[in-house]
Amino acid sequence: MLRVLALAAVVLLGIAPEPSQAISIYTGWERHALVGSDIRLSCSFFSWRFVSDDVSFTWIYRPDGSRETVSIAHYAGGEAYTDNKGRFKDRVEFVGNPKRRDGSILIKNLDFSDNGTFTCDAKNPPDIVGRPSSVRLLVFENLPIQAGVITGAIIGVVLGLLVLIVVIYYLMRFLVARRVFSLSVSKHGKKKKEGSQQRQASFLLLLLILLLPLHCLPPQPPSSPSSPRLPHMHPARNNKCNRLPRCHHQTSFFFLER
Amino acid sequence: MNVFFPDYCFFFMPPSRSVSKMLLILLGVLVFHLVVLILLIVSTASSTWTVDATGHTDLWYNCHSDPNGYKCLQASSEDWIQAVQALMILSVVFCFTSLIAFLYQLFRLVKGGHFYFTSIFQILASVFVMCGAIIYTVMRPDSDKDYGYAYVLAWVAFPLSLISGLCYLILRKKD
Repeated sequence: MLRVLALAAVVLLGIAPEPSQAISIYTGWERHALVGSDIRLSCSFFSWRFVSDDVSFTWIYRPDGSRETVSIAHYAGGEAYTDNKGRFKDRVEFVGNPKRRDGSILIKNLDFSDNGTFTCDAKNPPDIVGRPSSVRLLVFENLPIQAGVITGAIIGVVLGLLVLIVVIYYLMRFLVARRVFSLSVSKHGKKKKEGSQQRQASFLLLLLILLLPLHCLPPQPPSSPSSPRLPHMHPARNNKCNRLPRCHHQTSFFFLER
Repeated sequence: MNVFFPDYCFFFMPPSRSVSKMLLILLGVLVFHLVVLILLIVSTASSTWTVDATGHTDLWYNCHSDPNGYKCLQASSEDWIQAVQALMILSVVFCFTSLIAFLYQLFRLVKGGHFYFTSIFQILASVFVMCGAIIYTVMRPDSDKDYGYAYVLAWVAFPLSLISGLCYLILRKKD
């Protein structure tokens, strides 16, 4: 039963009409070129089907001010055919890749008489319903500058210069102020450094003075050979020694010896 | 026993004439600046630099009235028209910037300082208007047609903005 249903579905899908999506063709809107140059007119399409082997591209040219059209390039059945009789003789080349939905052509050595409208028509059987797309070619002697380019350039340059000048001005002010600040700091710093060095030296001396007596040697009875030094002892130092805790005369002797 | 008034007391004690005079000057300068700005904007945006019997042209559009109707085309995209467009736009921008700078410096400047930024921007705006008007005068293709009011406004705005800029140079902040 399921198999029958699946078969029916496949058959129905195969017979049922395809969704009515037309093929969409894209070219440029307008192209500008210089006299004597080459130009590549691009044409691509979108189709819901895969690219078939019978895909075809046709390029039709209509001169400016005329209503007559003429074919200049055609691709079908894997072969490209270009104009070999008309005004584009030996000047048109098919450079697209149909497998990639690209049907572009290359026109060489442009002239003023090439001004006109180029229409691209692509067919991807069975998807053949589509609207051809046109691109207008304008050939110039000198390429004109687009409106607004020079305007924008002048405005941008002037405003940019202004911003630059303001930034440089504030930068100079900042640098000068910083230099002045650093100079004044360094002056103070030198004095500080000297003072600190002195302070450090005096602190070390103080440490030596204070701590040496604290590292008390085992007390020794004052011996007679040391006694002749006693008169050299300053009474103040003795007093100092007495004030300090765990102070011994011997250690003060040691200090004196040094 | 010394009695002395603190500094801020003096702000409340000046004679009223000088204060109102200062305010009047300030208002006058500000209004002048605004007038210059409006002139510049109208001259830039309006579409009558050259008038004809049938239409007018300016920096942006060429409009003329046919028997069929009123048609407007984009102005020619030649170099000089674009340069005039750029210079007029720049002058408007600089005038506006100088207004902002004036208001800023009014509240932030030290006592006795000059309004340098404001005057520089205003003088630059006047220079740009002058350059734009000169380029338009020289490079105009239709030499026989009359000038429109926007062109006249541009030439009027040039000396006014110059005067305004010089005014700011002389002006000093008093309080």
